[in-house]
Amino acid sequence: MENILNIKEVSKYYQSADTSLTILDKISFSIRKGSTVAITGPSGSGKTTLLGLCAGLDHASAGSVELNNVLLDQLTEDQRAEVRNRYVGFIFQNFQLLPTLTALENIMVPLELRGEKNIRPRALELLDKVGLSARADHYPVQLSGGEQQRISLARAFSNTPAILFADEPTGNLDGETSEKVIKLLFDLNKEAGTTLIIVTHDMDLASRADRIIRLKSGLIVGDEQKMYV
Amino acid sequence: MAWRDSRKNRSRLFLFTSSIILGIAALVAVYSFRDNLQRDINNQAKSLTGADLTIDSRKAISKPVMAMLDTLGDQRARQLDFASMLYFVKNEGSRLVQIKALEGNYPFYGEIETTPVSASKAIKNGRNALVDRTVMLQFKAKPGDSIRVGKISFAIAGYLDNAPGQTGFSATISPIVYIPLRYLSETGLVAFGSRIHYSYFYQFNQPEKIAPLLKKLRPTLDREGLDQETVESKKRDTGRSFQDLSRFLALAGFVALLLGCIGVGSAIHVYVNEKIAAISTLRCLGVKAWEAFFIFLIQISFIGLAGAVAGAALGTGIQFLLPLVLKDFLPVEFNMQVSWLAIFQGILTGVIISVLFALPSLLSVRKVSPLNAIRLSFEPEQAKKEPLKWLVYLLILLFVTGFSYLQMNSWTQALIFSLSIVAAIAIFYGLSLLLLGLVRKTLPAGLSYAWRQGFSNLYRPNNQTLMLIVSIGLSTALIATLYFVQGILISKVTLSTEKTQPNMALFDIQSSQNEAVAALTRQYHLPLMTQVPVITMRLEEINGKNAAELAKTDSLKAKPKGEENERRESSSRAFKSELRATYQDKLTSAETITSGKWTGRLRSPSDIIYVSLDERYADRINVKVGDKIQFNVQGMMIPTVVGSLRKIDWVKMQTNFRIVFPRGVLEEAPQFHVIMTRVPDNKVSADFQSQVVRNFPNVSVIDLGLIMQVLDELLGKISFVIRFMASFSMITGWIVLISAVRSSKNQRLREIVLLRTIGAKGRQILSITAIEYFFLGLFSAAAGMIIAIAGSWALAVYSFGSDFQLPVVPVLILFCSVTLIVVFTGMLSSINVLRRSPLEVLRKDS
Ligand SMILES: Nc1ncnc2c1ncn2[C@@H]1O[C@H](COP(=O)(O)OP(=O)(O)O)[C@@H](O)[C@H]1O
Ligand SMILES: [Mg+2]
Repeated sequence: MENILNIKEVSKYYQSADTSLTILDKISFSIRKGSTVAITGPSGSGKTTLLGLCAGLDHASAGSVELNNVLLDQLTEDQRAEVRNRYVGFIFQNFQLLPTLTALENIMVPLELRGEKNIRPRALELLDKVGLSARADHYPVQLSGGEQQRISLARAFSNTPAILFADEPTGNLDGETSEKVIKLLFDLNKEAGTTLIIVTHDMDLASRADRIIRLKSGLIVGDEQKMYV
Repeated sequence: MAWRDSRKNRSRLFLFTSSIILGIAALVAVYSFRDNLQRDINNQAKSLTGADLTIDSRKAISKPVMAMLDTLGDQRARQLDFASMLYFVKNEGSRLVQIKALEGNYPFYGEIETTPVSASKAIKNGRNALVDRTVMLQFKAKPGDSIRVGKISFAIAGYLDNAPGQTGFSATISPIVYIPLRYLSETGLVAFGSRIHYSYFYQFNQPEKIAPLLKKLRPTLDREGLDQETVESKKRDTGRSFQDLSRFLALAGFVALLLGCIGVGSAIHVYVNEKIAAISTLRCLGVKAWEAFFIFLIQISFIGLAGAVAGAALGTGIQFLLPLVLKDFLPVEFNMQVSWLAIFQGILTGVIISVLFALPSLLSVRKVSPLNAIRLSFEPEQAKKEPLKWLVYLLILLFVTGFSYLQMNSWTQALIFSLSIVAAIAIFYGLSLLLLGLVRKTLPAGLSYAWRQGFSNLYRPNNQTLMLIVSIGLSTALIATLYFVQGILISKVTLSTEKTQPNMALFDIQSSQNEAVAALTRQYHLPLMTQVPVITMRLEEINGKNAAELAKTDSLKAKPKGEENERRESSSRAFKSELRATYQDKLTSAETITSGKWTGRLRSPSDIIYVSLDERYADRINVKVGDKIQFNVQGMMIPTVVGSLRKIDWVKMQTNFRIVFPRGVLEEAPQFHVIMTRVPDNKVSADFQSQVVRNFPNVSVIDLGLIMQVLDELLGKISFVIRFMASFSMITGWIVLISAVRSSKNQRLREIVLLRTIGAKGRQILSITAIEYFFLGLFSAAAGMIIAIAGSWALAVYSFGSDFQLPVVPVLILFCSVTLIVVFTGMLSSINVLRRSPLEVLRKDS
């Protein structure tokens, strides 16, 4: 099967006045289309930084990132925005819904940015899938954390992304709610056949992935592929 | 602690306080101006009157009374003044001036300022005159030149630079010429029907004797219809005439300040909201709820103090500008000094206001739970039922009322003023809600995403949309109303420059000269637009009661104190003042009968004489159709009945009269005539005037064009002052906008970064932001315009009695500029936010 993400010798430094801080050090790996990958590691190991580079939110200091056959390094910010809008979905630890839009409108934003027409039915369908049809007209402040995260799941899938990045999606949720959200995430993912990359501390969550990449001090220290039974 | 906590936010807090700075600056400037003016009036009152006691009369004083007056005081002087034409022999120029024929050592205090200084003495010894400097310059006259007043000539002794009590403005309207009194009769100008004003000046070596003396004299003076003026009464009157101006300025400054207060209140609200995390951490570390509150209270008071001090300094600077504009209206020489009292008042007000308006938000600091540090929840705001907050709102209302009381000295007015401010804000609030709701409902679903997102951004949590619409709208309304009112006033004035309107008036024409002057006018190919007789008379009795009896019955009626005094004063003034009436058989185009029946001619001498009154005048002296009025026409009593009331269109440049008699009554009474005409240009005007003066020395000519020009200038200056004050509230509104944009920066940042992350292009984000401000500007401008148009319409119809035509183009221009300014300011202050990298979405937790 072909690769959706190719990371080659990617490094990230932060230059301060006199010292140079290396966050990621010549990291390379590839990810197959349709697979689910967990990135784990202690806090400060560079997981979020790596995710940002993979998704084209930031420039690598060295090396190249190829997403869905597009080399991100040479693109302008607007071109990368276009790539993200077309192929990428996001889920965040702190949900990141637009506070001024209703649940339904939040789900529609990625499609609206694309300029697509007649998107309401699709958004309603997704809302139904995350079990919040009744809350379509509610604003984020009126929803609980778990409900907000479910809306953000629906939003992430609304533009049928080729790859979905999730940065500690359950970090702000309690155990029971986490369980629900994770189940929903994997269900939606199976149905859409999206590539899923999850950054997490939660070993329970990580173990559900096909592959676990372990990060420590900016280096890959482990990469296990789960064997299908 | 309080100081340390402010460290990171000091620059932002400074922006919040800029509104305090501006408001206080306006206030301190006005206060200082008022204090300085009051002091100068007090110091210079003696030289304003020039005497300890002045007695004025509109008619010659009877012999016995005169004999009594001649015994008053230690030094005496007298002056007769009247309007007349001044003729420059050398270049045949002429112009209407106020002739003051003077005898004695007046002024006893201060002096008649002349160049050379010795000229002021010269008029005591010879046929010399002092001529207003501007007039001399206008006709290129030099000291030593010859002028003619009436039938005789005088030598100009020097330039008259300033006469006692004269203002720059009154000098332009009616320039003064001094001549010695003993030559007055030779001029031949003191004819019957001439309107002469008699003044008798007295100097007392012991001024304390004046008050008891006046008490004794008052019955005699009142019977004779004489007015008296002392240094004290002059102080009072002059102060009073500037009271309205300084009250208006103070209120305008106060409105600017209030606008700033709204800004401060909302800024603190946002500030406290952003500080919740820090506050809860402090609470975790053991800070008590009230301590947390006091930390912020101390912080705000210090920042308020800093703002107020800065404002006071700015205001003290600005006060030096006010007299530059106003000096033409001021009768005193204005000495600007730093007024410490004003500065102190300003600083105190600033601190009180910042604390008072910050309190509602500060009170919620006590309610921040330490739990917030552990778990930041999207808890809805605490229930609004905090009794302390209502107490604060009450305090604010009390403060506003108390403050306006200090400006207006009347609790009713102060209450009305502060309630109308509350009402205005409520109306704005309602209007903004209505506009927002309306657009939210009607926004078409098919509109592009950017439009819908931009609009819905107005609803972000903790948004300040309504507050912004209120404050920007309020300043827009203020500016627009001022503009409209100015337009209404100017349109009233410019009407007269239309081709069909007369622009020159000739009056004091004697009956015997009437035909000859008309012929001369025709000879110059000038139209005779109006030609009317004028008879001077006084009210003697209304329904059989004279002034004294009316005053008595009035005072018997139980009435509120103020009203009673006003009423009595007005009826006694109505009897004292000289009326000018005419007779005509037809109504003019400017007159319409509103009640009763018009009578144009008296059939037989034994008929009842039905007169027609201007309805406003009738209202003032409290008479209706059918009431009996007895007029005193220069000694002859004429009984009449009010036959009709007329409405007069005063906008038309015509000779309009309060009282019109039918033909057949006053033809033989002493009278003079007025002719109105239209001169095509200044050359013809000058030629014609000098011809009139040479042939008819007693006839006065008023060049209305000149007066219009002066009025125009006056209006310009007044509106400059008003605009100057209004601009304070405009700038304050603008600062409120900037700080609101600043304070919503974090929220904005989060939204923009998120949009970027999920793939919005720069252009899309830019247009969403622009559209948000576009809506904001649009609503503010719309709300402001609606209020301004409604207000100006009401002013036009009810106060100025004219129609209100909506100046479409200026409205559109103002509307667009307000919207554009808002969009521009919003974009400018958001620009760094727009440039943020999308990575931050992953970093910024919570
Ligand atoms: N803008 C920055 N400047 C300097 N150092 C940074 C910056 N952003 C992140 N870092 C550092 O990079 C390291 C990795 O951060 P991050 O990728 O967020 O780790 P993780 O997500 O694994 O907890 C941390 O040590 C952090 O301090
Ligand atoms: Mg992280």
